[in-house]
Amino acid sequence: MDSNLFTGNLVRLAAMNAETDVAALARWDMDSEYLRQLDSRPHLPNRAKKIREAIEKQQSEDPNTIELSVRTLADDNLIGFVAFDGINWQHGDTFVGIGIGDPAYRDNGYGTDAMRVMLRYGFSELNLQRIQLNVFSYNERAIKSYLKTGFVMEGRMRGMLLRDGRRWDLVYMSVLRDEWMTMNNDQLTMTDAYGQLTVRSQHILHTWV
Amino acid sequence: MLTDQLFEGQLIRFAPPDADRDAELVSRWTHDPEYLRLLSADIAKPLSPAQIKKQYEEMDKDAEKHTAFNFAVRLKEDDRLIGQARLYRIEWTHATGSLQIGLGDRNDRGKGYGTETLRMLLRYAFDELNLYRLAASTVEYNTGAIRFFERAGFVSEVRRRQAIQRDGKRWDAVMLGLLRDEWKKRDE
Amino acid sequence: MDILTGQLTRLAAVNPDTAAEIIARWLHDSQFWRLAHTEPALPMLPKNVKRALEDRPIDLHGFAIRTRRDDRLIGLIGLYTIFWPHRDAFMGINIGEREYWGKGYGTDALRVLLRYAFDELNLQRVSLSFLEGNERAMRSYEKCGFRHEGHERQAWAYDGRRWDEIYMGLLREEWEAMNNDKWQWSMQKASRRNSANG
Repeated sequence: MDSNLFTGNLVRLAAMNAETDVAALARWDMDSEYLRQLDSRPHLPNRAKKIREAIEKQQSEDPNTIELSVRTLADDNLIGFVAFDGINWQHGDTFVGIGIGDPAYRDNGYGTDAMRVMLRYGFSELNLQRIQLNVFSYNERAIKSYLKTGFVMEGRMRGMLLRDGRRWDLVYMSVLRDEWMTMNNDQLTMTDAYGQLTVRSQHILHTWV
Repeated sequence: MLTDQLFEGQLIRFAPPDADRDAELVSRWTHDPEYLRLLSADIAKPLSPAQIKKQYEEMDKDAEKHTAFNFAVRLKEDDRLIGQARLYRIEWTHATGSLQIGLGDRNDRGKGYGTETLRMLLRYAFDELNLYRLAASTVEYNTGAIRFFERAGFVSEVRRRQAIQRDGKRWDAVMLGLLRDEWKKRDE
Repeated sequence: MDILTGQLTRLAAVNPDTAAEIIARWLHDSQFWRLAHTEPALPMLPKNVKRALEDRPIDLHGFAIRTRRDDRLIGLIGLYTIFWPHRDAFMGINIGEREYWGKGYGTDALRVLLRYAFDELNLQRVSLSFLEGNERAMRSYEKCGFRHEGHERQAWAYDGRRWDEIYMGLLREEWEAMNNDKWQWSMQKASRRNSANG
């Protein structure tokens, strides 16, 4: 049986802890570079109390959002978050969002690794058909990372953002289940232990008395 | 026998669930996807201690109504929490219920704790609650659980074909059942 | 094509105001109750039925079964437990008006629900279970393509003896295969019967 559904090469995904994680989340909110990459709303830091309340509310009331914290494997540092936001079960699709709040861990593979683990979670545990995101066109580092994990450009909403005196696009990207499965066959964690079980093809019909 | 202890085994004992004491450890277990995927077909998802405490509160509600009986499984030698055991979905007019056992740390499995937990849980269900029938459910990839239950006398009764999807494959959901008469015969 | 309309029936929203009295009357019929519930049979006041209906979660996929001919509420049908990641759901159907038992109304409503389950909710599988002895229901399910998957032995106690709970399941690909030939055929058959009855 697998042990690495939540674990990547550099990071692991863990529950968001409303009590212990809030201080870090509030600290990152003071970093305008972080917020401007994350959010189109006016940059405004959130109070720790509000952040905690938001986490608790989402965890207890919202079955269509799964938000997890990103921690380093090396020393279990909390460095960011990743979330499926607005899971549409009927159609099997969702938005994904990610933020690496700790600047020391940006641009050296941690975000890419976290996204990879989250995509695997979405396709192999939630059995989603499609995962999508949007990203600001000035966030070149993120776009490069998303392309690396298999996202495909789908379109742009031109001139959606105005920041620092010029207009920027909102870029849409997505990855489809078949694409991801083909690219990541070796990532499916139950294959080894249960290789001896018959893999069911879609077309094998089973009759039981 | 009326005097034989219901909650004391040789290696383990049943204790009341204690959220304050155990939430951290149980939260850690939920970060092990193997534990979750062996335990049930629910979405495997890591939970924080606060979320675990909420779960305990929900379980308490059913326990108060006597539609569920939840136990913490603790090692006798050092009182360490090693797992959870519960009887739930109790239907009194039909004298039926379901059972579930989970040992959190894989190093604690294969040592006889699970077998003893099941033995005590069955005795509680049949000799204390006077249930007529118990159900257990698992997924076909969990061959360990299927053997575990069949060794105790459970019969595989229903195979819900391809009802579970994980890792891009479809698996059957397996339902097993044990009647009190069958259990009594084995117990003798 | 209206996805919620069949040959004999159509599926509609349950209106707690108008349905409560009717459903309360059905619930006084203990045979109906026992086919629908596992809790002890107990007659209910319409106002309590109304409250129970209003308290149902908004995303529950439960429908009223109404006849096409005279828009009469004859039963309830729905997908009551959906396991989204596994794309499987348990369904239930209850025809409250006895005179509509055994005449194809249940089967018709079933087919409409299955189309909704597979074509609208994009499920991969529909599951159901029912009390041993309910031959009428079993025939209906078999006609729709459900396959037997086992029995929970002696699950229920009624009238001094025990009864099994029977499980059946229908996979998407099985339904698609059946749909291509049988659905067409039986729809033709039903419309011939309907026109024969005037």
